[in-house]
Amino acid sequence: MTITLLFMAGLMAVVVWWLVRQTIAARPWVAQGQQGATEDFSDSTLHQPVAKLGLYVFLAVVTSLFALFISAYVMRMKLGDWRPLPEPDLLWINTGALILSSIALQWARVSAHQEQADRMRVGLLAGGVFALAFMVGQLLAWQQLVDLGYFVNTNPANAFFYLITGLHGLHLLGGLVAWSRTTIKVFGGMEVADVRLSVELCAIYWHFLLLVWMILFGLMLST
Amino acid sequence: MSTVAHDETAFVPPVEIEEVELYHPKTWLGKYVFSQDAKVIAIQYSVTAIGIGMVALVLSLVMRLQLGFPDTFSFIAPGAYLQAVTMHGMIMVIYLLTALFLGGFGNYLIPLMVGARDMVFPYVNMVSYWVYLLAVLILVASFFVPGGASGAGWTLYPPQAILAGTPGSDWGIIFMLVSLALFIVGFTMGGLNYVVTVLQARTRGMTLMRMPLTIWGIFMATVLALLAFPALLVSAIMMILDWSLGTSFFMPAIVSLGQQLEYEGGSPILFQHLFWFFGHPEVYIVALPAFGIVSDLISVHARKNIFGYRMMVWAIVAIAALSFVVWAHHMYVSGMNPYFGFFFATTTLIIAIPTALKVYNWVLTLWQGDIHLNVPMLFAIGFVFTFINGGLTGLFLGNVTVDLPLSDTYFVVAHFHMVMAVSPILVVFGAIYHWYPKITGRMLNDTIGKIHFWCTFVGTYAIYYPMHYLGFLGVPRRYFAMGATDFMPDSAQSLNASITVAALFVGVVQLLFIYNLFWSYFKGKKASGNPWNATTLEWQTPDTPPKHGNFGKELPLVYRWAYDYSVPGAKQDFIPQNVPPTSNERS
Repeated sequence: MTITLLFMAGLMAVVVWWLVRQTIAARPWVAQGQQGATEDFSDSTLHQPVAKLGLYVFLAVVTSLFALFISAYVMRMKLGDWRPLPEPDLLWINTGALILSSIALQWARVSAHQEQADRMRVGLLAGGVFALAFMVGQLLAWQQLVDLGYFVNTNPANAFFYLITGLHGLHLLGGLVAWSRTTIKVFGGMEVADVRLSVELCAIYWHFLLLVWMILFGLMLST
Repeated sequence: MSTVAHDETAFVPPVEIEEVELYHPKTWLGKYVFSQDAKVIAIQYSVTAIGIGMVALVLSLVMRLQLGFPDTFSFIAPGAYLQAVTMHGMIMVIYLLTALFLGGFGNYLIPLMVGARDMVFPYVNMVSYWVYLLAVLILVASFFVPGGASGAGWTLYPPQAILAGTPGSDWGIIFMLVSLALFIVGFTMGGLNYVVTVLQARTRGMTLMRMPLTIWGIFMATVLALLAFPALLVSAIMMILDWSLGTSFFMPAIVSLGQQLEYEGGSPILFQHLFWFFGHPEVYIVALPAFGIVSDLISVHARKNIFGYRMMVWAIVAIAALSFVVWAHHMYVSGMNPYFGFFFATTTLIIAIPTALKVYNWVLTLWQGDIHLNVPMLFAIGFVFTFINGGLTGLFLGNVTVDLPLSDTYFVVAHFHMVMAVSPILVVFGAIYHWYPKITGRMLNDTIGKIHFWCTFVGTYAIYYPMHYLGFLGVPRRYFAMGATDFMPDSAQSLNASITVAALFVGVVQLLFIYNLFWSYFKGKKASGNPWNATTLEWQTPDTPPKHGNFGKELPLVYRWAYDYSVPGAKQDFIPQNVPPTSNERS
């Protein structure tokens, strides 16, 4: 649980730091707000679109989920019956696809900010295609392992491999739903300004899932 | 302390909060069933939670009948008893208290109290409720599957939870786990709303430190729940895989009913760690909203500002942060390393400091206050008593050496029912009596309310005080029947019988409350917009009950905190948050 604890401690430190900064100097019992006291009206909300903040909060939840899986992985690994499984080389190619997918979406995001509608479309499409390639690749990797006789219930290492890659895949699948809604909007003739935020959210989510994947892949390679 | 001159012509800055685009439904179905209005969703959440809570109440009476009068009721088989224990615990903690405090009160109060028109993601908010309802229905369905509901205890410890011999090990447990997973998904949708609404949708002038403590409590509890529920999700998913695919995450090599099963090497302790990593924050997920609400109730009905507002806020934050590092005090009996035990005992006792601070501040708020013993106030004071009682026995159990002999006895049952069952429920009642006039436009009947309070308050003490003593005698919890033992005197059984009588009494009294809810809705005294003379924004709405959009054309501007009661020099003994400062007011 040390890993989860570290994550929680970090997160709580951020929350507490932010709150202390917001509240340490406040004198709530003083009624103010009109002349000479405009600072009370310069609201202390975070200046982010709500959807973006919503996404960040959601990412914190997902991070908590994966941190707990990693904790469970490490704790279970220490027990005697753990026999690591060989990671198929295909996973490296899949990782490449996911990186390309993330880069493409980042390109779409930047293009959206520069009002470059054509480039944004290309980036968005390429991002989706690479992500789909990653998903297919992951399924093929599962197939390879099953062919080699590494079934889900033969060893906890196998079970964790299928479980963690599966969950990561499900999160990407959810991302693809959001991506397809955005893509439909983009090709349905919406203005760049109206889809900019959607594209940006997709890109942020993709980077996050790439980071999660790298950590998970690193963990599996090293054990 | 500063004084601000009041000038009627002073320029009031316009509301620059981004307007939430409200979806105004045309049909009856869209308005009352598939509604995206947080207030309607709140009522849906509350009604569902109270409904399923009544089921759990009946289950607890089934348990009490068996314990008080063993060998009397043929319909209570040992398996059914264990199923009642399990479902009672799970429903009360998650499907009633968590859903009611966050889904119910959170949805109703957050937008109104921070001055927002609605939650920031109304559609997601609506889906949140329907997923919750689905989770409840699946849980209820588990009573009717072959083998019945799970009887594994609310902690669902493997290996017994999925092994033959435990009631519901074939289907009940899976329905339970799937229902929990859905609950978590639904809650996450709602929780995103509560957090982002508090951070982003506050009206002008509503700085964080002007928020009522109710909002602070609900906000931090939501943050806790968002981070802690994944631990339950992880354990639920892994247990489902152990059950369905034969993996060995939690299942050790085991011989069951003479058969060597195919599991090997799994760790039941791993499950306990994951479960309690969720389970302990869950205590505070229920407690923090109660803390917040009770602070506001005491302040309003004592006509006094809350004592030590900033301390109260930081105590909530400190309790939330600490609640993640105390989980293993639920596992002292699991054979852990003594140094771990020492660590967790220390953190557990440290968390008593901010908690005690809150208790002192509630008492000091009452000190020399103009106390109005309205029904909500009765419940709030009842909470303070009960919470101190339950909290003090927590200090006993937080110490490893005291916990070991008491862990499997009724002392623990008495402790956690005092601290996280009776206490929050008293707050729930107090809050419903307090906000019912705003929700329906009518007051709840005062006489019935007072009878309800005294019967519930005295009755619960008649139930749980003797249980501490039973625990000291060594009467084990979770047992269907005690059988003949040397260490239990016959009087223990008489005590059990009297506890059962008290429990039946308290159970029946709750019908009075339900009756009051319905009667007052049609026949209750009409309520004004602000019957308690409270300062917070939900009482300043142009309509009662508030319409969709809450505040009419313009959002309120906030000039002060929520606790300007009995301000010297002011005309009335309260100044609403949206009233500008005046020159003769000494602040």
